[in-house]
Amino acid sequence: MSILVNKDTKVLVQGLTGKTGTFHTEQALAYYGTKMVGGIHPKKGGETWTGSKGESLPIYATVAEAKERTGADASVIYVPPAGAADAIIEAIEAEIPFITCITEGIPVMDMVRVKARLEGSKSRLLGPNCPGILTPEECKIGIMPGSIFRKGSVGIVSRSGTLTYEAVFQTSNEGLGQTTAVGIGGDPVKGTEFIDVLEMFLADDATQSIIMIGEIGGSAEEDAAQFLIDEAKKGRRKPMAGFIAGRTAPKGRTMGHAGAVVSGGKGDAESKISAMEAAGIKVSPSPARLGKTLVEVLKG
Amino acid sequence: MNIHEYQAKALLKGYGAPVAAGVPILKVEEAEAAARSLPGPLYVVKSQIHAGGRGKGKFKELGPDAKGGVRLAKSIEEVVAHAKDMLGNTLVTAQTGEAGKQVNRLYIEDGADIDRELYCSILVDRSVGRVAFVVSTEGGMDIEAVAHDTPEKIHTIAIDPVAGVTADDVTKISNALELNGAAAEDAKSLFPALYKAFGEKDMALLEVNPLIVMKDGHLRVLDAKMSFDGNALFRHDDVKALRDETEEDAKEIEASKWDLAYVALDGNIGCMVNGAGLAMATMDIIKLYGKEPANFCDVGGGAGKEKVAAAFKIITADPKVEGILVNIFGGIMKCDVIAEGVVAAVQEVGLKVPLVVRLEGTNVELGKKILNESGLAITAADDLDDAAKKIVAAING
Repeated sequence: MSILVNKDTKVLVQGLTGKTGTFHTEQALAYYGTKMVGGIHPKKGGETWTGSKGESLPIYATVAEAKERTGADASVIYVPPAGAADAIIEAIEAEIPFITCITEGIPVMDMVRVKARLEGSKSRLLGPNCPGILTPEECKIGIMPGSIFRKGSVGIVSRSGTLTYEAVFQTSNEGLGQTTAVGIGGDPVKGTEFIDVLEMFLADDATQSIIMIGEIGGSAEEDAAQFLIDEAKKGRRKPMAGFIAGRTAPKGRTMGHAGAVVSGGKGDAESKISAMEAAGIKVSPSPARLGKTLVEVLKG
Repeated sequence: MNIHEYQAKALLKGYGAPVAAGVPILKVEEAEAAARSLPGPLYVVKSQIHAGGRGKGKFKELGPDAKGGVRLAKSIEEVVAHAKDMLGNTLVTAQTGEAGKQVNRLYIEDGADIDRELYCSILVDRSVGRVAFVVSTEGGMDIEAVAHDTPEKIHTIAIDPVAGVTADDVTKISNALELNGAAAEDAKSLFPALYKAFGEKDMALLEVNPLIVMKDGHLRVLDAKMSFDGNALFRHDDVKALRDETEEDAKEIEASKWDLAYVALDGNIGCMVNGAGLAMATMDIIKLYGKEPANFCDVGGGAGKEKVAAAFKIITADPKVEGILVNIFGGIMKCDVIAEGVVAAVQEVGLKVPLVVRLEGTNVELGKKILNESGLAITAADDLDDAAKKIVAAING
């Protein structure tokens, strides 16, 4: 099993015809035949997209039309920042169940607008500013490098793209493999939070352990820790390892990710680490020991 | 991006917020005319630097008994005397660090008769994904201390983005600030105006501390701190024009030209990494092995060879840097592009310090081959742990 995406997930690409969209759609098609079913371009509806190895996909003028014609249940967005929020809203209005937005650099106020549209809608948004989601040997949405994955038992959820790769690489090297890896993204206002993904991993039988990677800024890790404590009281718990990036980051400075800033006395690494440890997560002090830390947890 | 207090107030005035009359000056000779243009008899002379705590700050050159970076004056002569004292000197506050900041601009403002000092800020509350007012009756002091010591005195009112600031929201804010009479009337236009300014200009933070109730019962914005969402500057040329580069680190300005996420730090190991999380984690692991990073640097996912070379040059130009760690886990970023950029930069500016490179992910073999064949003195590392150990060992020599 897996969460959110599997071999049957049919994916549309908003921003297919750009350089980034083209490159990653080729990669997705090459990854165990992820079912990419079409692209969207308001002025190129009816044309055909062609990849560098002769792959081809139909282009539709709107997400609504594409959904009707292809039966797509997911969409991935590579649209540049200025137009990305409108692209997400178009997908919400077309009632695409699962929308992933890769775009980095969307103005926060645009995401406030998107967040309001998501409320009460039929869509879940992953991201923005995220690497996407990958279920090994079944479906790759976004930009994660498929070669480091291995089918297995670890669920991975992270605010950071490259640290997701570290966790995947290390759990593959330890022979554990992954059920699904989910990058929720580094922006302050986003569609899917740790709690949403943890709930799905707890409910997924194939996921036997979880790695959660957070970073400074906000209180999503503390909220997730409280959620895990509450669930554990109901008897739902899985072995977990974790990491928090930004222990050495100076206060008040935004560290690359728009959401990675310690401000107003909130969001520092130590408070997150102690909250996660209180919830039974073994937090590795080193990002190079995520896999080994999880193995130690599993050995008891 | 941050702007100065006087710029923030001018912007808020455009939205109808009550601010005092004031004039910014760059030279002592301008002080007298500035003061004469104000009604008097009370004036305030305020240092314009991008850091808080100015009132309690001390000028390095003036000794411990001299007055701080925000001063009252009861005559035009006194305004001029303060201006002479302050302009060009270095103000050290709780937020500037020991080095302090040179005061190149002053704001001469009409004084106010203060009855009460309040706190009001607007920010994006990430837990609900909405713009929120954070208000407190405890204005004029460090709000973080208030939040820590008396959290019950801080009120957060989130605003529905569809409805905007409603009459009900204004009542909630006014009640939290214990406003009545003329101040409560003023509140009906002030809070919606602040919210409008925040949204239209894509601010990241608008902090009015203090917001004051004057002796005549009316509200006034006495201080204003404003920072903007860097991701939205593309649609605000007017805001971009307010940028004061003398307030920023030269390396950070150069980095921003290349769209690199770079933050200058105090240590001596330069870092070049892809991805913000991995870049922070690389800093953390350097610290774990007993050294300090000289910078945070995320070259991003889509960087080309030129951008990588630019990043490398910014890092090597920092005289504090005694060693460099390049850590790449290629997803979008291809390892061969990184390798080409590093080789190009080293060929151009040379390499005087140890360099450890760890490559993993997309096109890793090609990247390693380029580094090997370059003939440069590069130490290859197998993983992040190995890389951190090797660069720390190289520096400890």
